[in-house]
Amino acid sequence: MKKEDFFKPIEDAVNLIDDAKRTPLPDWDLSTIRSSQMPSDTSPEGLWNAFKTRFDLVHGTCAEGASELLAALKSQSVKAGYVDPELKSKLRPWLQEAGIEIHTEIDASQIDTYQFGITQAAGIIAETGTIILSDKSTSSRLGALSPWLHIAVLPEQAPIYPTLYDAMLDLGDDPYIVFVTGPSKTADVEGILIEGVHGPGIQICCKL
Amino acid sequence: MKTKQPIDAFARDLPREVRESVYVSSKAKYDKRLDSLNQSYTAPDSIRKLAGQIKQHTLENLPTYLGSAVEQLEKNGAKVHFAKDGQEANETILEIMRGVGATKLIKSKSMVSEEIHLNPFLEKHGCESIESDLGEFIVQLDNDMPSHIVTPIVHKNRKQIATTFQKAGIGEDYNDDPQTITRRARSFLRQKYIEAEVGLTGGNFVSAESGRIALVTNEGNARFSISANKTHIALIGIEKVVPSDKDMAVLLNLLARSATGQQLTVYTQFINGPKAAKQPDGPENMHVIFLDNERSNILGSEFKEILRCIRCGACLNVCPIYRQSSGHAYRAVYPGPVGAVLSPLLAGKKYPDYADLPKASSLCGACNEVCPVDIPLPELLLRHRNKAKQEGIKKASAGTPSMAGWSVLCSSPAMWKTSLRAGKAMDYISLNLIPVPAVQAWAKERTLPPFRGGKFRQWFKEHKRNKEA
Ligand code: SF4
Repeated sequence: MKKEDFFKPIEDAVNLIDDAKRTPLPDWDLSTIRSSQMPSDTSPEGLWNAFKTRFDLVHGTCAEGASELLAALKSQSVKAGYVDPELKSKLRPWLQEAGIEIHTEIDASQIDTYQFGITQAAGIIAETGTIILSDKSTSSRLGALSPWLHIAVLPEQAPIYPTLYDAMLDLGDDPYIVFVTGPSKTADVEGILIEGVHGPGIQICCKL
Repeated sequence: MKTKQPIDAFARDLPREVRESVYVSSKAKYDKRLDSLNQSYTAPDSIRKLAGQIKQHTLENLPTYLGSAVEQLEKNGAKVHFAKDGQEANETILEIMRGVGATKLIKSKSMVSEEIHLNPFLEKHGCESIESDLGEFIVQLDNDMPSHIVTPIVHKNRKQIATTFQKAGIGEDYNDDPQTITRRARSFLRQKYIEAEVGLTGGNFVSAESGRIALVTNEGNARFSISANKTHIALIGIEKVVPSDKDMAVLLNLLARSATGQQLTVYTQFINGPKAAKQPDGPENMHVIFLDNERSNILGSEFKEILRCIRCGACLNVCPIYRQSSGHAYRAVYPGPVGAVLSPLLAGKKYPDYADLPKASSLCGACNEVCPVDIPLPELLLRHRNKAKQEGIKKASAGTPSMAGWSVLCSSPAMWKTSLRAGKAMDYISLNLIPVPAVQAWAKERTLPPFRGGKFRQWFKEHKRNKEA
């Protein structure tokens, strides 16, 4: 239906409200919603440590450096997976040596051939243990979602937001952003927690 | 029994195992909610009040905020549609599908799509519409209804689910291990994500400032629904708008904690347009459908506060009536306290058919206490009762014992005094022995706590004497 016709009854409805009784937009800031999970040490080191603690609590795994990344891949005995084209040259020597095949594109009709995905994060949030992926920073939505094992590489210059609030104020102009807080999960069957429903069962954040 | 309300009768006949799983799960979620809020905040109540104010303010200025959200979305290349009711929304969805030559749709969990009965509509028109949330998928296979707005199959156990999967041919054999059930759904549904030409989602919040639609799931199904196909349709009720991205921070902080006791839902997405140019995956076309479906009427009524609801399900989990009767007892898409307020209103002209629901409450106030947007649910239930009474709707008074005796009692101080003494006697008399059908019906499923009242007058007399002395 036409926009004007759609808005008319909404306008009529709010016009019934007495001006004196209208609720003002509350004035608030970060201090109003301060949580005990907010990191107290806001140095880069402190924030990374705070992130590690929170990410661990949501069953995420942190890794530092290429050797830890490789160990994670080996522990799952993967043979082939997706790698962000920008990371390819950096990671290829390591992966080749381990006999792991690299794809830099996802063919959706072959979705199950990708046992892992390595993509780049746009940032992380310390307070909640969250990885931020976005259309502009993360090379493939499917590469970060469909494999059982996902490794989000945190680029050196990527921001570590102390809180969810800070991250929300800095969403920028990316049309698609996703906060990933742990592996995909469900408790639909008798309330029992199962990880890896549609997305990764193992979620790793790696500082390279 | 004659005096029972429909919901009582439903609760009476509910299989014991269903009642038990509903009760256990509600209680667990209630406890987790409380722990998570108390661990995080010294004064969680003040944050609930803040969230309530933000939403109330937005609703009272909805034309401005909604208008701005529409403008932002259009600026970013999304096509925005407006649907007066379910019929219009369904037709718009079908039109969009036909426009891109699609017959297959993958759907992430959306209460609004339940409200407008999208699945049967699309099926009737030769389209496939598959639910991707595990619980909703099982509900769909069973031709059942969700019984909770967050955990749709809380009324089912693993054996029933395994049987459903076996019948539908998902997996080779009967297997009721929750992990196996989940893995089988994973491999079945990923094919569906890829085959589908269109992904349909709801939206939890929409920021007026940026047009960003926040969309949360734990499973990642909403993310998959808009990764492998080229068209995204977001179907959203007009009440989901908030002023800014910043305001979404408050609501996101409360939503997951209130719903499941998580600090944040696993996948929290923000979408305000088709995919970025260099991104290989995801929709090139984005359609947003804003749905009214009685909401503007509710906005102009004495029930407008219910539009603040963020569908967390906390009021269901805490409600003693819901715990005893399960969600299906409410005969509507939205069960529990929120449903008792909302369902009669969404029914429009069929209001009288649902006028008994506002009576399915003990008015204990627990729902108001847990509501993350501080909706005065008991107050709204009372307004419903009043409305139904004034409009003389029969269904609303079915099963209500007459208050005549009570009013005589209250109007005479002497009789009141005598009855207080008699109250003490109730400790020794079984209610079942009172030969009034309404009392017997009431007492059949309830026990009275020991009488502790009746001492005030005596205390007051002594207090006065002491003071004078
Ligand atoms: S009424 Fe409040 S508690 Fe109930 S579902 Fe809505 S937001 Fe949650």
